[in-house]
Amino acid sequence: MTHNRKIASKLTFGSICFISLLFFGGNLYAQNATNGEALFKANCTSCHSMETQLTGPALKGAYDRWKKDNKMLHSWIKNNQKVLASGNVYAVSLQHQFSSAGGMTVFDGILSEAQIDDIIAYLAIYKGPPPAVPGLTPNGEPEGDNTLLYGILTLVLAVVAFVLLQVNANLKKLADDKDGMHTEEPVSFWRNKAYIAFILVVVFLVGGYMTVEGAIGLGREEKFQPKQPIFYSHKVHAGVNQINCMYCHVGTYQGKQATIPSVNICMNCHMAIKEYKGTAKLYTAEGEEINGTAEIQKLYKYANYTPGQPWDAKTAQPIEWTRIHNLPDHVYFNHSQHVVAGKVQCQTCHGEITKMDEVYQFAPLSMGWCINCHRTTKVNFKDNGFYSIYERYQKDMDNHKMDSVTVENIGGTDCQKCHY
Amino acid sequence: MEQNKHWQSFGELNNSEAFQIAGKDEFKQELPFEGAEDGGFFKTPTPRRDFLKYLGFSTAAAAIAASCEIPVKKSIPFANKPEDIVPGVSNYYATTFVQDGDVVSVLAKVRDGRPIKIEGNELSPITEGGTSARVQASVLELYDMARLRFPTMGGNEVTFEAADKGIAAALAGLGGAPVVVLTSTINSPTTLDAINQFIAKFPGSKHVQYDAVSYTGMLLANEATYGKRAIPSYRFENAKVIASIGADFLGTWLSPVEFTKQYAKGRKLEQKNPSLSRHFHFETVASLTGSNADERYLHKPSETGAIAAALLSAVKGQGVSGVSDKVKEGITKAAKELTANKGAALVVSGSNDVNIQIIVNAINEELQASGKTIDWSATVNYKLGIDKNLADLVADMNAGKVGALLVHGANPVYSWYDKDKVVSGLAKVKLSVSFSPKKDETAEHCTYIIPDSHYLESWGDAEPKAGFYSFIQPTIHPLFKTRQWQDSLLKWSGAATDYLTAFKTYWGAKLGGVAGWDKALQDGVATAAGTAITPAAGAFNASGVAGAISAAAGKKGGKYEVVLYQKVGIGAGQGTANPWLMEMPDPVTKATWDNYVIVSPKLALDVLKIDVQNAGQADAYEVNPPKKVLTVTVNGKSVKLPAVIIPGTEENTIGIAVGYGRSKNVGLAALTDEGDPIGQNAFPLASFNGSSVQYFGDADIKLEDDTYIVAMTQTHNVYTTPQGTRTEVMKEFTLNSFKKKPGQVLEDREHELKPWGGVDNFEKDGTIYPVYKKPGIHWGMSVDLNTCVGCGACVVACFAENNIPMVGKREVSRYHDMHWIRIDRYYSGDIDNPTVVFQPLMCQHCDNAPCENVCPVNATNHSSEGLNQMAYNRCIGTRYCANNCPYKVRRFNWADYTGADSFPHNQQGHISNVTMGMNEDLVRMVLNPDVTVRSRGVMEKCSFCVQRLQEGKLKAKKESRPLKTGENNEWDVKTACQQACPTNAIVFGDKNDSKSAVTVNRAENNERMFRVIEQLHTLPNVTYLAKVRNRDEEIVTEG
Repeated sequence: MTHNRKIASKLTFGSICFISLLFFGGNLYAQNATNGEALFKANCTSCHSMETQLTGPALKGAYDRWKKDNKMLHSWIKNNQKVLASGNVYAVSLQHQFSSAGGMTVFDGILSEAQIDDIIAYLAIYKGPPPAVPGLTPNGEPEGDNTLLYGILTLVLAVVAFVLLQVNANLKKLADDKDGMHTEEPVSFWRNKAYIAFILVVVFLVGGYMTVEGAIGLGREEKFQPKQPIFYSHKVHAGVNQINCMYCHVGTYQGKQATIPSVNICMNCHMAIKEYKGTAKLYTAEGEEINGTAEIQKLYKYANYTPGQPWDAKTAQPIEWTRIHNLPDHVYFNHSQHVVAGKVQCQTCHGEITKMDEVYQFAPLSMGWCINCHRTTKVNFKDNGFYSIYERYQKDMDNHKMDSVTVENIGGTDCQKCHY
Repeated sequence: MEQNKHWQSFGELNNSEAFQIAGKDEFKQELPFEGAEDGGFFKTPTPRRDFLKYLGFSTAAAAIAASCEIPVKKSIPFANKPEDIVPGVSNYYATTFVQDGDVVSVLAKVRDGRPIKIEGNELSPITEGGTSARVQASVLELYDMARLRFPTMGGNEVTFEAADKGIAAALAGLGGAPVVVLTSTINSPTTLDAINQFIAKFPGSKHVQYDAVSYTGMLLANEATYGKRAIPSYRFENAKVIASIGADFLGTWLSPVEFTKQYAKGRKLEQKNPSLSRHFHFETVASLTGSNADERYLHKPSETGAIAAALLSAVKGQGVSGVSDKVKEGITKAAKELTANKGAALVVSGSNDVNIQIIVNAINEELQASGKTIDWSATVNYKLGIDKNLADLVADMNAGKVGALLVHGANPVYSWYDKDKVVSGLAKVKLSVSFSPKKDETAEHCTYIIPDSHYLESWGDAEPKAGFYSFIQPTIHPLFKTRQWQDSLLKWSGAATDYLTAFKTYWGAKLGGVAGWDKALQDGVATAAGTAITPAAGAFNASGVAGAISAAAGKKGGKYEVVLYQKVGIGAGQGTANPWLMEMPDPVTKATWDNYVIVSPKLALDVLKIDVQNAGQADAYEVNPPKKVLTVTVNGKSVKLPAVIIPGTEENTIGIAVGYGRSKNVGLAALTDEGDPIGQNAFPLASFNGSSVQYFGDADIKLEDDTYIVAMTQTHNVYTTPQGTRTEVMKEFTLNSFKKKPGQVLEDREHELKPWGGVDNFEKDGTIYPVYKKPGIHWGMSVDLNTCVGCGACVVACFAENNIPMVGKREVSRYHDMHWIRIDRYYSGDIDNPTVVFQPLMCQHCDNAPCENVCPVNATNHSSEGLNQMAYNRCIGTRYCANNCPYKVRRFNWADYTGADSFPHNQQGHISNVTMGMNEDLVRMVLNPDVTVRSRGVMEKCSFCVQRLQEGKLKAKKESRPLKTGENNEWDVKTACQQACPTNAIVFGDKNDSKSAVTVNRAENNERMFRVIEQLHTLPNVTYLAKVRNRDEEIVTEG
C-alpha cells in the first residue's frame, strides 16, 4: 500500500507537472501566435490572405509547404532575395509562379527576428477561419424608434382632451340653463382667445425649437452615404480580407489627411485579383445586388489596364470619389495627431467600417462631439515621452492625486487647438 | 540723471493736441453716426425703412441658404501618387534666391506642390539662415498676375518653335554685326558657360553686365589699388570699429543679409563681459544703417570725397581739414578709435566715385584691415557691372554697330540715366530679345520677349563668392509657357544639350559624382575644396592715392543737393510690383506704397514752411495724410513728389528713392488705384562722369500748391503713455552707463512695481485674479533690441506665413493696415540728428490680457499654453478688445479684403485694386492652407504662429520625446519672424523648460530684460532686452 501510494503521489506530481507544462507551454505558443496574427494583419494582408490567393499565395498550409523548416521560412520572410540567390527550389518555383507581382517585400529591418518567429508560429497553428457563431452576428432588426408612436399618442390624447373640454363647456351651459342661470352661448373654439393664445405659444415654442435645432444642424451630414463612382466595399477589403486601413490610407500616419488611395495603390493588388470571388454578396444601400467583378472592371478602366497586358501607371486617370467626411474650412484636424500620437482607433470616429459595404458618415463631426471626446479621452501620459514636460501632472500622478490625464487637461479644449 | 525723451512722432515730441487725442482712442475714425445729432435717429443715413429692408432681405437670404442642399464635394486622389508627396504635409527644398546679382540661400516650403514660403538656409556659410524682406517676398512674384504667360514677337503670342526659328534666322542674317548679351550681374558659373558658348558662335560678340545701382567705383578703385577688378569679402564680425561713409550695408549695400548677420555678432552684448563693436556713420539722408549707428554725422553728398580724404589724413595722424566742424569732430573721434583698433577696424563707403573708393582703400590699408576685416581670398560676385561698358554699348547701338541685343535682368530703359538714348539705340538694333518675366520698360522696346522662368521654377547655381556655391532647384513645374533663358541661349548657339544636362554634367564632375551632387542639391550649398576660411590680404598699390585725393576732395555743391537712394524693400525697382514689399512700411520713413522726397526738419521750415517743433504745425503735417509737394530739378530733369520730413537728414540735402515710376505692365502694385504709376522714376536725375554713374547732384527745389497723400504708419498705433515716461516702453543705455550701473533696468522695474509686490511677487500681488500656472508648455518670446536692426524681414515673413491681407494705400492711410508685427521707430535727442531705436511689436500674449475680459462673446481667451487666442468664427466685431489693448496690436478687418464674402467682387471700387488683385486664383496659391483666411468684421492679431507650434508639438509627440526649443540649437518650433530674422534678435520657446533658448536668453540677460508697460499687470509673454549703444557719454537716453 505504501508503495502504491508512493507511485500514486509520483504520478500525481508528474501529471501536475506535465499538465501545467502543457498549459504553460501551450500558452506561450498561443501567445506567440496571437502576436503573429496581429503582425500578419498589419504587415502581410496587403498581399496575402490565409484562404485566398491575392498578389501572393494563400498562406494556409504554407508552413507545411515549407516542410516545417522554421529556419528557411524565417530567412525567406526576412530577405527573400537571399533565399532566391541561394537557389532554394521551392522559393524559385514560388518566384516563378508569382512573377507578375514583382517579388515579395524584404522585411529585414521592418520586422524584428522575434516578430518573424511570431508570424511563423501563427502560420503553423492556423487551421482555418474561426467558425461563425450563429446569433453573435448583430443582424437583428434595428431598435424601433418610438418617437412617432409617442407623437401619435400625444396627438390623440390632445384631441380627446380638447373634445372633453368642449363637452364640458356644453354640459356646463346645459346645467346652467337648467338652473335658470343665464349664461352666454359658449364661444366656438376657433374664436376662443385662450385656445388661440395657447396654440400660438405652442407653435412658437415648437417652431423655435425646430428652427434652432435646424440652424445648429446646418451643414452637418451625419449618415451621409453617397453613391461612389466605383462600388468599393470596405467590408470586403477591410473586413473579410483584413487589409490594414493604413495600407491604402497612407497619409494617416504622416499628416492631416488620411488620403484616399491613388489608383496605383488599388492596382498593387488588383493586378492579380481580377474578379470578385468572395462568398458574401454585395448589396447597395437600396438593396440592389452588385457584381463585384464588374466593379473591378471599372477600376481597370480608370487605370487604363487590360488584364494580361503590362500596365503603365502613367496613363491612369484619377477617380473622382465623393467626399463623405467634410469639416468646415476653419477647423484644423490632423489624422496623424489622433492615430499616431493619440492611438485612437479608426472605428472610434468612422464606425464599424469593416462591416460597411458603402461607407456613410458615422459621427456627427460637430464641435460638441469633438469636445466631448477630448473631455473624456485619456492621453498616453506615461508612455509618450512628450508628456514628461508636464512636470506637475507627472508629480500628481506619482502621488496618486490624479489617476489619469485627459486631453482636456493638456489643453485639448483650447480654441486654438483646432481653430487658427 | 538726465531724462531723455523717446518720441515716435513730432506730435509726441511736442505733446500736441492731436497726439493726446490719438493716445486716447484706438480707432481714428469717428463712429458712423453722421447726422445723428441733427434730426434724430430716423434721419440718419440708414433710416428705419432701410433697416427693415436689410432685416427682411437677410432673413430671406438666410432662409434660402438654409433650405439649400449641402454641396457635394469631390475628393480626387492622385492617379499615381509620387512617393515623396503627402497631401497636407510640407516639403522643404533647398534653393537660392537670385535677383540681379543678389544671392541668398533659402529653403522653399512646398505644400501640396505649391511653394508658399521662403525660409533662410542655415547651412549657408554666408547668410547662415538669414533673409531679407525682399527674399521673403520673392515667393509672391511666382504668382504675379503680370507675369508673361507665353513668348511674344512684336507683342503677339508665338510658340517657342516659331520664336526659335525666327531668332535663329535673324541671328544668321546679321551679316557679321556683333551680338551683345546684356545682363545684370551674373554669378552663375553654368550660366556664364552658356553665355560664352553662345558668344563663341558669333564672332565679335560680347557679354555686358550692367547694374541699375552700380558698384563701378569700387571695382575700378580695387583694380587701381589691388590690381583686381573685384570686390573683396567684408568681415564685419571681425571689426571692433566700423566707419561707414554712406554705405547702407544693413539695408541695401552689396550683400545686406550677409553683413547684417556679421554686424549682429559684434552687437550681441554679453552681460558678464559687456563689449560692443563701435559704429560711426557719415551720411547724407537717413538710412537704415545710419539709424543703427552708434554715432551718426550728417554731410552733403558733394562733401563725401572731402570726408574720405579727411579721414585718411586723420588716421595717418595728419589732422583734419576741409570739412564742417561737426563732421570734423566725428572724423577725429572715428579716426582715434579706428587707429586704436588697427587690424580690427573697417571703413566702407557707398560712393560710386572711383577716387573716393581709392581713398577708402588707402584708409583700410592704413588700418591694416586687409587680411583681417577685408578678405581678398574670396572676392564677391554680387555686382560686377561697369558703367562705361553700358555707355559704350548705348553709343554703339545708336551708331548702328550692334546687330542683336539679348537682354536678361538688366532694364536700362528704366534705370539708365539717359533713357532716351537707350530707346533710340534699341530701335536701331536689328534683333532685340528680352528674357524679362514681365513686359518691363526695356522689354516693351524689344521685338521678342522669351519670358524666363521664376527662380522657384528653375535649375541653376550661383557663386556669390569665389569658391562658395549655392544651388537652385525647381520647386514647381513652370506655371506658364516660360523657358529658362539659359536653355534659349544654348538652343540658339546650336548646342546639343539643354541647360539641365549641361548643369548636371558641370556639377557632377565638380562635386564627385551622383552622391556629391545629391548632397549639394539637398544642402543647397557647397564649398569648393581648398577654399580659405581665414581672410587673406591683397597687395596694395598706393600710387593712385594722392591723385585720387586731389580729384575727390575740394568739390563744391550747390545750396540744395539731391541724393538718390534705394529703399530696403524696393531696391532698384525689383520690389515695386510686389504688394508685400510695397505695403511693408519702409524701416526709416515708415511710409508705405509711395515715393517721396525726404527732407530735413530744417529744410521743412525753410521751404515747406512747416515747423515740426510747433505743435500745431506738426499736427497739421502729421495727422493729415496729404503732404506738400515739391518739384526737384537736377540737370534740367525734374520730378514732382510729396515731401516727407525725416530727422537725421542733412539740412539742405534731399533724398529720393529710386525704383518707382514703373511701367504699367509690371503689375497692379506699381500703380495707383487710378492706374497711374506710383511715384516717379528718379534714375534720370543721376549723371555719368565718364567712368561711373553718380547718384547725387545739385538741385533746384520749388514748393507746389497741391498736396499728395502719403500713407505713413508710425502714428497709427499710439500708446496712451504720457510724454516723458517712455521708459515703460523703450529702454536705452550707453555701454559706459551699462557697465557702470548694470542693474539699472532691474532697479527701475523694482521701483515701478514696488506698490504691487516688487518684481518677484508682482504676478501674484498685482491682481485680484487668481494666478494660473501653465502645466506643460508656456510659450514666450524674447526680442533683443540691441541686435534688431529694423530691416523688416520679419514683417514680410509674417505676411507670408499668416495670410495677412494687403489693404492698399487708401486703406493704410485710413489706419486700416493689418500687419501682425510692426516695427516701431523711436527717436531721441537732437531733432536734426536724433538717435533711432527700432522695436518690433506684436501681440504680447499677456497672461492677464486686457482684451480677453472685455470680449462679450469670449472670442478671445487664453490657452493653457499662455497663448492669447483668437477664435475668428466667434468674433462679432465689437472691437472692444482692440480698444482695451494697451499695445495696439489688434487688427480689424474693416472690409472684405480676402474675397471671403459670399458675393464676389462686391468690394470692387471700395477697396484697392491691388487688394482685389491679391484675391485672384493665381495669387491665392501663395496662401498658407494651415491658416484661416479672415473675413470682414473679425478681429485678428499675432498668434505666435500657432500652426507652427502645433506642428512642432505633434512631431515631438509622434517621436515620443520632449519638445526641443533651442537647447543645443535644436528646434521643433520657430515662429516665422524668428526664422526670418538675419540677426537672431528674436528667440522663442517654452518658458517652462529651463534649458530652452528663451529661458537661457532671459536668464543670461536679466539685467537688460524688461516688459513693455509692465506695471499694468498685463504679464506679457514677450520680453525685450534693452538697447545699449557704444558711445562715450555715460548716459545718453533713458526714458
